[in-house]
Amino acid sequence: MMSLSVQRDDIDVGAELAALEALGGGGVASFTGIVRGDGGLSELLLDHYPGMTERALETIAAQAMARWPLLGLRVVHRVGALAPGERIVFVGTASRHRTAALESCAFLIDWLKTRAPFWKKERFADGRESWVEALPADEAKAEGWEQV
Amino acid sequence: MAGDLALLYFAWVREGIGVDGERIARPAAAATVADVIAALAGRGGGYAVLADVTRLRAALDQDFVTMDTQIGDAVELAIFPPVTGGAVGG
Repeated sequence: MMSLSVQRDDIDVGAELAALEALGGGGVASFTGIVRGDGGLSELLLDHYPGMTERALETIAAQAMARWPLLGLRVVHRVGALAPGERIVFVGTASRHRTAALESCAFLIDWLKTRAPFWKKERFADGRESWVEALPADEAKAEGWEQV
Repeated sequence: MAGDLALLYFAWVREGIGVDGERIARPAAAATVADVIAALAGRGGGYAVLADVTRLRAALDQDFVTMDTQIGDAVELAIFPPVTGGAVGG
């Protein structure tokens, strides 16, 4: 059971977890990303490539389903303007055992960061704004999963 | 229109050029993504954001491709910076 969503609305983490818990497995793992207010950040703007984003999420999710014995996974990624403290992304996985749930959850968030077409722009209280640069460390983490 | 190639721009590429996208006359099938980007950069003005291809990534018909990929029969070329999804530093 795969559920993938790209949306402007907030993420209902309770409902996402409940859906995973209802699948009858022994373990549910999840990651929730929150907008940090570092350096006077007032707003984070999420740009994406409609159509390709959904395709990329499907590809990433199918890889996780093929690689671990999962009962289900759910990915929700927000787009648009977000304030510090708001949820930006949710990844949840359900499996019979914890290892598959935890590993696949980490895999999904690492791959999402480097293989799905989202871009973040930071706006600060003093009026400055800048696009977030991709981190080589994120790319290295995603590639690490190819060698496991 | 048949015979055109649709271009899409995202993030600071879009802001620099000043439009979401446009259509251009179809390049030769053997032309690469880098060839198309170099031709666009040569227009000057806002297209100068395309000057350093090492800062850019691309997708043909919604699949990530390398800069040496040939355009072939693709109908949509997207040009953008490296992606930055997920949580900030998360």
